[in-house]
Amino acid sequence: MAEKRRTIIPIGPYHPLQEEPEFYKLFVEGERIVDIDVRIGYNHRGIEKLAESKHYDQIVYLIERICGICSTSHPIAYVQAVEDIMGDIEIPERALYIRSIIGELERVHSHLLWLGLAGHFLGYNTVFMWAWKYREPVLDIFEVISGNRNHYAMLKPGGVRRDIDDDAIPGIIKILDDLIPVLDMFKGAVLDDPVLAARLKGVGILSKKDIVEYSALGPVARASGIEIDVRKDEPYAAYDRVKWNVITQQEGDVFAKAVVRILETYESISIIKQCLQKMPKGPIDAELKDIPPGEGIGHHEAPRGETFHYVRSDGTNSPVRHKVRAPTFMNFPTFKASVIGERVADATIILAAIDPCYCCTERMSVIDRKSGKQLLAGEQLIKLSQERTKEIARKMGRS
Amino acid sequence: MKTIVQFLIFPGFLFTAVVGLIASWIDRKVTARVQWRVGPPWYQPFVDMVKLLGKETIIPKGTSAVTFLTAPLVGLASVTLISMLLWLTLLNPGKGFIGDLIVVLYLSVIPAVSIIIGGFASRNPLASLGASREMKLVLGYELPFVLALLVPVIKAGGSIRLDEIVASQMATGATATSLSGVLALIVAIMCMQAKLTLVPFDLPEAETELMGGAYIEYSGPPLAVYKLTKHMFMFALPIFLVMTFMGGFGPSPISLILGLLKYVALLVIIVLIRNTNPRVRIDQAVRFFWGPMTLFAIVAVALAFLGW
Repeated sequence: MAEKRRTIIPIGPYHPLQEEPEFYKLFVEGERIVDIDVRIGYNHRGIEKLAESKHYDQIVYLIERICGICSTSHPIAYVQAVEDIMGDIEIPERALYIRSIIGELERVHSHLLWLGLAGHFLGYNTVFMWAWKYREPVLDIFEVISGNRNHYAMLKPGGVRRDIDDDAIPGIIKILDDLIPVLDMFKGAVLDDPVLAARLKGVGILSKKDIVEYSALGPVARASGIEIDVRKDEPYAAYDRVKWNVITQQEGDVFAKAVVRILETYESISIIKQCLQKMPKGPIDAELKDIPPGEGIGHHEAPRGETFHYVRSDGTNSPVRHKVRAPTFMNFPTFKASVIGERVADATIILAAIDPCYCCTERMSVIDRKSGKQLLAGEQLIKLSQERTKEIARKMGRS
Repeated sequence: MKTIVQFLIFPGFLFTAVVGLIASWIDRKVTARVQWRVGPPWYQPFVDMVKLLGKETIIPKGTSAVTFLTAPLVGLASVTLISMLLWLTLLNPGKGFIGDLIVVLYLSVIPAVSIIIGGFASRNPLASLGASREMKLVLGYELPFVLALLVPVIKAGGSIRLDEIVASQMATGATATSLSGVLALIVAIMCMQAKLTLVPFDLPEAETELMGGAYIEYSGPPLAVYKLTKHMFMFALPIFLVMTFMGGFGPSPISLILGLLKYVALLVIIVLIRNTNPRVRIDQAVRFFWGPMTLFAIVAVALAFLGW
């Protein structure tokens, strides 16, 4: 085999591209990427283990802090898992609507945040500043509803913690209506800008087959023409009570992902407005009984894809196992398909295109891909890590 | 003695540095306003320079310290020389020498060369990637830039003396008032954007891709020298275009003010281009310069020959 000289371009562990520590090793020949190695695990905080020592109602606060951006997607999935264990519990209608409203508001602010960051990664700082400026009113809505701009603390098993005041609804709808022209502007700026099109079209393409093989989720999958969305596929909260569409694009490149996110924001605004108008009066939480032994799952379509929670109870007031699977964990491996063969200049935007959320992903559950076996024990993890280091050292020594 | 004073104080280093830093403040302020921010006070670039000069200089292990440290100075010296040549010609009409246009043209490549040398001297993969991008960029924009500058030369009756080009424009109107002049000016502005390595052509430093690229290993005074060179270039290069395309200006006060206004107009165009575009890829940049820009420049030269 002809040995070619490869340069390793490190992105991370600390890099201006990322707000969180992650390590991508790009193996390049010239400007062309020939291989990529993704190292995650710099942000591990042991949240799943911590959850086992907390009461069911305390866990909501804990997992809300898994991530600051999609801070409500984990509680929504978690409370649904707990309610799944309870089985026969009836959640009040109003609480379901409020859950949907909070979940969609989060999608609006998260997609605007991504749009800004994507602009920044392309050196287009004007988009960055503008997107974040127009994200502020959404955070104001959160402040009106929950008193917090982030970490809304709205969810609890059995319902929600705070009601949305009827007097506040016209104001919220006005802010949302004002967002529509802003989105039109961004849509125009993205779809019609020839330079942006040249940078994003045909870059980092994920085919339908790639998506299926890597089990990618969320906007990443939808941009490749796969209509996957838990809100539609397995409705929860109030998503089956309002009219909305799953947005898909066929191209699978970074441009399609941007388009999907922008168009989804319109859908989210429409969902919120419908929910606010249709929301029935009534109680916002149900009386909770003891949690019986058993297991339950809950999922929520977070801005980045499906968040999945599994909770196992033994009848005490703490779970014996709480497993969180964030969408980024599923979207990470697609880099193998999307980055290799591209140029270094495109790597950053491709890496950013899945909107990676590392803090969500890292509660460390490593799966050995060959055997499919889950390695959970600490010693095994350490051993695996050491083997990995040795392997890399060996590879680097050879090339 | 007189030449040394001219080089170091006016119109050389000190003058160019002060005006260049003010120009960089205008850049930052306009950028901030475009992005809904407040922006820094006018003295911010000066404070930044003082701060950088007070920081430690770190020389990466295994590099040639001489190459690493002299690379920024080469760029600084050449930009100072450009500015001095231009201003001496402007302030003393008729005192240029044959071929000073070509000297300026050559000197304007040196800052890019200094970035390339510094980047490769850093022994850092990101820096050498940045330097190699700078190299490709130079190869890309030099051809259309030189072609575009042929237009004012043809308009001035084939003269390659800057003062004669300015004088002929003063007699018959600025180059940019003719069709060929406008075309060539557009090409020259694009090349200037790349020469100043500003978005959309800031590939050599691309913060989010290469973390500063060629500058990655520089710290303290050498970094300050690079930054200063860039700011000074932001003053010298547009003045060059004002002289060749926009009629230039003479030593009288009214003419000076008019000339400065032309400069500020060019600066605002640069800043607006930089704020309304994303960064392009290196292959797209080279294709852009060798394709449409070279074509434009050739058409402009042909039109200039036909007297348009």
